[in-house]
Amino acid sequence: MAEVIMPKMGDAMTEGRILSWRKRHGERVEKGEVLAEIETDKVNVEIEAEASGILHIAVPEGRTVPVGQVIAYINGHPVGPAPEPQPVQTAPPPPAAPAPPPATERVKASPLARRIAAEHGVDLSQVKGTGPGGRVVERDVLAYLERRAPAVPPPAEAEYEDVPLSRMRQAIGWVVTQSKQQVPHFYVTVEVDMGRALELREQLREALGEEGRLTVNDLVLKATALALRQHPDLNSQLVDEQTLRRFRRVHLGIMVATPDGLIVPVLRDADRLPLLQLAKEARRLVEGAHAKRLRQEEYTGATFSVSNLGMYDVVNFVAVIQPPQAGILAVGRAQERPVVRSGQVVVRPVLQLTVSADHRVTDGVGAARFLTDVKGLLENPARLLL
Amino acid sequence: MPEMTYREALRSTLVEEMDRDPRVLLLGEDIGVYQGTFRITEGLLERYGPRRVIDTPISELGFIGAAIGMAMLGLRPVVEVMTWNFSLPAADQILQNAAKVRYFSGGQVSVPLVIRGPNGAGVQLSAQHSQSLESFYGHFPGLRVVAPATPADARGLLRTALRAEDPVIFLEHAALYGMRGPVPEADYTVPFGQAAVVRPGRDVTVVAYSRMLHLALAAADELAQEGVECEVVDLRCLRPLDMDTVAESVRRTHRAVVVQEQWPLFGAAAEVATGIYERCFDDLDAPVERVTGEDVPAPYARNLEKLAFPDESRIAQAVRRVLQ
Repeated sequence: MAEVIMPKMGDAMTEGRILSWRKRHGERVEKGEVLAEIETDKVNVEIEAEASGILHIAVPEGRTVPVGQVIAYINGHPVGPAPEPQPVQTAPPPPAAPAPPPATERVKASPLARRIAAEHGVDLSQVKGTGPGGRVVERDVLAYLERRAPAVPPPAEAEYEDVPLSRMRQAIGWVVTQSKQQVPHFYVTVEVDMGRALELREQLREALGEEGRLTVNDLVLKATALALRQHPDLNSQLVDEQTLRRFRRVHLGIMVATPDGLIVPVLRDADRLPLLQLAKEARRLVEGAHAKRLRQEEYTGATFSVSNLGMYDVVNFVAVIQPPQAGILAVGRAQERPVVRSGQVVVRPVLQLTVSADHRVTDGVGAARFLTDVKGLLENPARLLL
Repeated sequence: MPEMTYREALRSTLVEEMDRDPRVLLLGEDIGVYQGTFRITEGLLERYGPRRVIDTPISELGFIGAAIGMAMLGLRPVVEVMTWNFSLPAADQILQNAAKVRYFSGGQVSVPLVIRGPNGAGVQLSAQHSQSLESFYGHFPGLRVVAPATPADARGLLRTALRAEDPVIFLEHAALYGMRGPVPEADYTVPFGQAAVVRPGRDVTVVAYSRMLHLALAAADELAQEGVECEVVDLRCLRPLDMDTVAESVRRTHRAVVVQEQWPLFGAAAEVATGIYERCFDDLDAPVERVTGEDVPAPYARNLEKLAFPDESRIAQAVRRVLQ
């Protein structure tokens, strides 16, 4: 069955009028024969049959219809009585009733086939039905999908998939949204020459073997904890608009990425822990976070946090404060860089530290002083051993 | 598991429940001295005496009414109707009293009554005695309507019926009494409202019950030769009707054929087909087919009777149609 539609003859054309039918309702027409003459706002054109068969006229002469509307069928449509013709109008038409809704031919398809077609964005009229009476059934849509799969880019629905967020990811989303919306963040970055700190690390390892094993992050944790003791505004939380609570103890949250999301185990009294003990405890907490065997008190109660992406090739980044804490330190990767020392260019391992701080509790100078102290401790690392 | 006939399954369950519960008693025509037209009550008069196995006059309206009274006062009567066609004189008692007493009394009085006997056609009993009344009784709230197809289900459903608090229309089938099958021993019960997938298959769901189940299974065997895998669901119970099991199956197969013995109009198959449309419309790949008896009074002549009721080949043809 073929549909004869009102053609679009130029971009501006929205409707056309059937001046005359050249073939009669119910008459046999051959492909290529002229069926009708159409009047547009610019020209009159002839419509040719695109298929052979019996003509069923759906719209009578004289009627104006929108572009794309079916005006006749060839074959396959029951040939009922011809629609009433209207006289061809020469005068401007009177205010016409709205055009009738386009007569669309319903495709015969099983509900399942319709569902699958809708799910894959398949136009059912393009699918050949092999069911009774030409009904499109499941196998037809599946065969169509298989055929078109290699040729056509994946259907719209396949361009993404919706996956449920894990509960942990939802919780993190809530926390960071709250933080970014309510905590006025600002950021300060320093560069630290890690040369001596790395030497210290080597010495400890040589002297103590496995017992003396330290990571760069352990050194940063220790330096951060000691510096926070001198800068209690950053080791604090806002109780209300009038009150800042400064903590006397330093509990550092260590951001740990797991497949499910972030876990933040807490290194208690990080400032008072001897360096090697701190390293051991930090390792235990990180392993516990990966193995999901931390007790609640092991991941609550941090007063400040440290986030380290040094294991990736990250130079620096900024971290989102974990409310109600007032700050978080973002640690990049120590990189060999040319730096100037006493007028000489030398290569030194340089580490970038960026603190995110809550502007309600401190300001740029406060954060800069804190970072300067962290830097001083890392560049003169003997003090980390005290 | 021991094998026994459908008849033996019914009889042994009656015996076990009568031994267990002294409130259970039997009433019916020719069930005592004659031992039952279909020999379901064989030996029971001798075993339990005339106070528990009561031969009644030919007066269904009277003795079913009496049984309803017994049930209301705490006994658990089991009425045998010689065939379900003979329940029609007592339809007023069954539908207007038994089915409604619990409702009318606000739950104060229930009617734990079982009416059992052969239902359906296919054994040359002619128009008055070949009727299937499950659609008729299944229409009425307040009744439970079961139609076991196997000895095991006959046992399991009869035991559930004997322990139920509501009147149960227990539809046996004369053509099945001699059928043998495995029957679980001891306290085996089959809950009401639970259909069973008796043969799994992926291509089409065939829903049947009672005698029609066996025709459906035979058709499934025949179709398996052609590579068509039928999933056969035995409804077992028509009220309550387990549409969940049927729908679950149709969602897998996307096609369904529903079989019933009786007339097409307003029948159980129409009910099931509608349930499928209501629950599975978007899962269907073809219209649901019904296979039913012809819309005529049952003929007596064997050749005509065969034409008037479904057989394996008509079920197989319907399956082929939905698979087109």
